[in-house]
Amino acid sequence: MKAKILILSLALGLLLTTQTTWAKTFVYCSEGSPSAFNPAITTDGTSNNASGHTVYNRLVEFKYGTTEVVPALAESWKVSPDGKTYTFNLRKGVKFGATKYFTPTREMNADDVVFSFDRQRDPAHSFHKVNGGNYEFFKAMEMDTLIQTIKKVDNFTIELKLAKPESPFLANLAMSFMSVHSKEYGDQLVKENKKENIDMFPVGTGPFVFKSYDKDTLIRFEANKDYWQGVPKVDKLVFAITPDPNVRYQKLKAGECHMVIEPSPADIPAMRKDSNLKVLEAPGLNVGYLAFNVKKKPFDKIEVRRAIYHALNRASYINAIYMGNAVMAKNPLPPTIWGHHDRVTDYEYSVDKAKSVLARAGYPNGFEAELWTLPVTRPYNPNGKKMGEMMQADLAKIGIKIKLVSYDWPTYLAKSRKGEHQMIQLGWTGDNGDPDNFLNVLLGCAGMNSGSNVAGWCQKDFNDKIVKAKTITDQKARAKLYIEAQEIFHERAPWVPVAHSVVYRAMSNKVSGYKIDPLGGDIFKEVDL
Amino acid sequence: MIKLILKKIVNILPTLLGISVLAFLLIRLVPGDPIMLLLGERGADPQVYAEMKASLGLDKPLFQQYFSFLGNLLHGDLGNSIVSKRSVMEEFMDRFPATLELGIVAMTFAVILGIPFGILAAVKRNSIFDYSLMGTSLVGYSMPIFWWGLMLIILFSVKLGWTPVSGRIAVEFEIERHTGLLLIDSWLSEEGGKDAFLSAFSHLILPAIAMGTIPLAVVARMTRSSMLEVLGEDYIRTARAKGLPYFIVVAKHALRNALVPIITVLGLLFGSIVTGAILTEMIFSWPGIGKWMVASINARDYPVIQGGVIMIAMMVIFINTIVDLIYLWANPRMRQ
Repeated sequence: MKAKILILSLALGLLLTTQTTWAKTFVYCSEGSPSAFNPAITTDGTSNNASGHTVYNRLVEFKYGTTEVVPALAESWKVSPDGKTYTFNLRKGVKFGATKYFTPTREMNADDVVFSFDRQRDPAHSFHKVNGGNYEFFKAMEMDTLIQTIKKVDNFTIELKLAKPESPFLANLAMSFMSVHSKEYGDQLVKENKKENIDMFPVGTGPFVFKSYDKDTLIRFEANKDYWQGVPKVDKLVFAITPDPNVRYQKLKAGECHMVIEPSPADIPAMRKDSNLKVLEAPGLNVGYLAFNVKKKPFDKIEVRRAIYHALNRASYINAIYMGNAVMAKNPLPPTIWGHHDRVTDYEYSVDKAKSVLARAGYPNGFEAELWTLPVTRPYNPNGKKMGEMMQADLAKIGIKIKLVSYDWPTYLAKSRKGEHQMIQLGWTGDNGDPDNFLNVLLGCAGMNSGSNVAGWCQKDFNDKIVKAKTITDQKARAKLYIEAQEIFHERAPWVPVAHSVVYRAMSNKVSGYKIDPLGGDIFKEVDL
Repeated sequence: MIKLILKKIVNILPTLLGISVLAFLLIRLVPGDPIMLLLGERGADPQVYAEMKASLGLDKPLFQQYFSFLGNLLHGDLGNSIVSKRSVMEEFMDRFPATLELGIVAMTFAVILGIPFGILAAVKRNSIFDYSLMGTSLVGYSMPIFWWGLMLIILFSVKLGWTPVSGRIAVEFEIERHTGLLLIDSWLSEEGGKDAFLSAFSHLILPAIAMGTIPLAVVARMTRSSMLEVLGEDYIRTARAKGLPYFIVVAKHALRNALVPIITVLGLLFGSIVTGAILTEMIFSWPGIGKWMVASINARDYPVIQGGVIMIAMMVIFINTIVDLIYLWANPRMRQ
């Protein structure tokens, strides 16, 4: 009898709860918990999706689905002839979203912009040290040395003076870390003695207003009814945090979420066949590569590097490692970025050629070397170990005996920054869609100090070109310099670029208006159900 | 009796001290650096790195770090998370109710099914029922939770549509937090009412089954063997000879005596719930301490790992001490 009652009550419970209605609630199954709701102090995509793209706006932004910089909180701007002074005219009538913890009394103005930028720039700013005070993007994009003064000209005009002309500056301003926060909210928190709340309970001008965050489970947003670009089409936006990709897929199938982050490539064919789902794809703004440590023997010899370039059968990796979800790379720049050198002739795959080049370098019988394999799954390299094994087999054909080495991710990064490797698999996903963000960060001499140039390759003619390209504003002239720089890269071969992965998003058929962001974010301001 | 209890508590202290040393050292032996991880994939400025290291106190020698950790611990302060900057104790208390709720329901599931199955198998010894039950329990015991959880989801959530896939409650319910136990909070909430409670309950079913399967198998097998032992005793034969119905003999005479070792096993199983929670919580996106610990290990969040291990160890010790004390109370011979 007891068992019967139990079964009955279970069945009743199930019956009642499976009839869920969504109304206009968009549920996005994300992968992890945000570390904070402020893109200025976080670097992970998870936090950025939950704050930069939902709650906040910037002076300029990337046009939805592209890397083109367009006006946002700044309606227009002027650059002085010497390229060092930027004057922004702010949009009027922009309101910060009202929340349970803050009700704005005025519209967004120049004070908010100064407040937000100075927090990252000025160590004396009352919020500078709050929550760790580490503004990694601000420093990585060299904004701390670049911006000399920030001046409020009047309530709706801001003047920024730079130390030197820097053409990627506008693209940097469009990045999430330059989001505009409310000074009025900051002042309220100072009074309440709750400064650290600024990064956990966000207030912004963006399409959605933060409602609540249940640790590790759900993040809730509501549409910003006063949004300056028009009210979003969904009333509520929910991030359902689901770390396992298989479970995310099952949730999508069961209708518990409308969209999932980054489906695993193995599931894509089944997703395409499912008539209730649709899969969008776009080339990613990334590159996976094998870098040589040019400071170590025998990789200081160009011929050795070229021989390896010829010996690696990269086309086979695209099929085996990326399941075809990638394009073969011939440049460090992905083809989606302007300045990509399309006409460069790729090194052909040829064991004979590789052997003869290697013999010319003085290693007719090859040598022994270590190759470090990527320990984590990344879009630009989904399986470092397997790729390592394929590289090992390819190089054995020309007499190079490879020992595969790997460490856990933090150790891998730390050791590679110290230059302990000989050959290493790594990759990069672009931040702002500017060629400088690839070539300078990964191959410039400046990257030698920060450790991001793992090849240890500081080539003067290459570096001169990319440094010069940074100072001119004419995009055509810049593109020319970048193409020349890529030619030098091609000739000197400090890396073997392997692939640019394709990015996928899987969603319910009901979803409309979603565009893949080439910069890797998930942006819901225009989605509808 | 009080003396005995005091002695028990005094004995706990060296255990806790040992655990604190282990928790502190083990995570530092694992390669990887929390600051490097915090600074991300791009190159870290050496000056920023040094500043962060100093601000977290990680630049001091190990023994100094340990003693400051221990000193704070004695004041009840587990430190702050490197990642979230929040107090470890607060973070723990945020998540603990979720694990506790899941653990209680999983254990209830294991006991409600495990004991009757075990009794039936013992009573119908060597029958087909007995063989199939013991065979199934062996399978259940060896089942990888990760795979089992996924299979449950595919069958019950995707194919049949009976239960939700993951999470604690449907997204439309916003439940105010009172106890952190959603079954209670949703019951108390005015907004969701009965629907919210049912939603919370239906979200519990699959994770509780996944987590309770191994304890279920253990309890069923334990009950069976314990019952078999008791059923062979002289007093059972006497009771039967007296003419008592078999059901009464089994339920009243045999079961009570057979339960003693089962309770011991239950105490141990309850302590090991946290281990099961790690996998179950990952699969079902359950926001409990298992998932929290995994994330912290990946981020090398030293204070969270140390503090979390200490808290979990204290719980396990606490439960086992209670079980020991119940024994002392129940069995006078053990008091000597």
